[in-house]
Amino acid sequence: MAQSAYLASRATRVSEITDTVRHSGIVRVTHWINTLSFFGLLVSGVAILIAHPRFYWGETGGLGTPYLFELPLPYMKGGPSGWGRNLHFLTAWISVLNGSLYVLSGILMRHFHKHLVPAKADLTGGSLSRVVSNHLRLKRPGVDTEHSYDVLQRLAYLTVVFIAFPLMIWTGLAMSPSITSVFPAVVSVFGGQQSARTIHFFAADFLILFLFVHVAMVCAAGFKNRMQAMITGRISHGKDRA
Amino acid sequence: MSKLPSRRKLITAGLSAAAGASGLVAAARLADRYGLIPPDHGGVYGVGQTLTYASQRLLVPERSLAREFNRSDISKVSPVNGKPPESETYHRMLAEKFADWRLSVDGLVARPASFSLAELTRLPSRTQITHQACEEGWSFIAEWTGVPLSYLLNLVGILPQAKYVVFFSFPEKSFPMGRKWGSLDMVDAWHPQTLLAYAMNREELPILHGAPLRVRVARQLGFKSLKYLTRITVTDTVKNIGKGLGSSSPERGFSWYGGI
Repeated sequence: MAQSAYLASRATRVSEITDTVRHSGIVRVTHWINTLSFFGLLVSGVAILIAHPRFYWGETGGLGTPYLFELPLPYMKGGPSGWGRNLHFLTAWISVLNGSLYVLSGILMRHFHKHLVPAKADLTGGSLSRVVSNHLRLKRPGVDTEHSYDVLQRLAYLTVVFIAFPLMIWTGLAMSPSITSVFPAVVSVFGGQQSARTIHFFAADFLILFLFVHVAMVCAAGFKNRMQAMITGRISHGKDRA
Repeated sequence: MSKLPSRRKLITAGLSAAAGASGLVAAARLADRYGLIPPDHGGVYGVGQTLTYASQRLLVPERSLAREFNRSDISKVSPVNGKPPESETYHRMLAEKFADWRLSVDGLVARPASFSLAELTRLPSRTQITHQACEEGWSFIAEWTGVPLSYLLNLVGILPQAKYVVFFSFPEKSFPMGRKWGSLDMVDAWHPQTLLAYAMNREELPILHGAPLRVRVARQLGFKSLKYLTRITVTDTVKNIGKGLGSSSPERGFSWYGGI
């Protein structure tokens, strides 16, 4: 069992570990399915967006009405928003089903509890500012992060899993006239369908920002090492660290 | 993990794969029987279309009403996409205020009929203020008045095998079948907010919004509310119309179902 191997390895001192299980099978499989579906959602989201790259607040908005802001993109009518929507919903289904599997298994196998919920001691001001200042001084992540996440990583992952993705799904459903016929509150909490669309856009921006930081940190920590951990589940020491 | 799978494991895996495959076939048959498979179910994207359509048909109550608004919410600007039909017939009829325009209703109905605009406006009407979003992202709120499609369907008498109500617009050269067309399943056809609208914001339907008559489908995106109607056909299949995808929108890369 991956679990017991992981726990056993944690009992030994770090210097003695040569080959340990870092990520469980379910975490790895759902991670890469999510990577693919997120990429599909991103590409198709842009394809839909460029049909009308303008944002509004409230229920309604269109050409000739007041708007919040506009992206410097051409209006491409009648083109990519067709396949864009088809791909968006296909990949949204994959993302939602895959994400549900990840969250359910994470709860049942106590993945969140064991690996992501920060310890109370790590949430104090001093402890937080130490981690933040380490990051700000671009200090290379230590060996300890190979086996456990630091408090900022934990908070970032929990935010992505339990706030950003649910908000994407919620604001997405809020744009469905069929869904809001059953649950009008799904859209009215945002103040209208156009507000939901605008929040959907900003939540997507947040996820893209997370993706950039995530990939940058993987590179900083040792790309080969971390990729190997997320692909094979195992982490080997001393090979990728200068 | 390194051990070779035992014979028992192989047999179990084979049996469960077979059970899974036959389960899928049975599920597909059941889904088809209960109207959970959209006409554009083919191909990779068809998987997404089918999941969306089937889950909404299973989870959304058939008669749930789209949100309705107050007069004060009506948008001052109501953008449109597309142009009025180019055909001479349309422009002649427009000049004559659609005096000899008729909507024909045929197909799987007991009493095929056709209606003039004056006849339609004398039928019971429904007025509703609803939100319409275009698949491009913009939206507006407007008041629509028209004959509930369900009233008309009862008038002509729908035969029990009916599965789709198909709408045809005035001819347009730029479209593959020579005109735009679209279809609704019986759930949305019978839905109380599905109208054959002849008035918008208490005035006759503007040309750009589909004069003389358009469909209004409150629980789907704007492109499902076909404009410039001339004919309605009730069928049990859309396979033999156009490319068999249920409307002209999938032929141009859009989905058939627009409840999103």
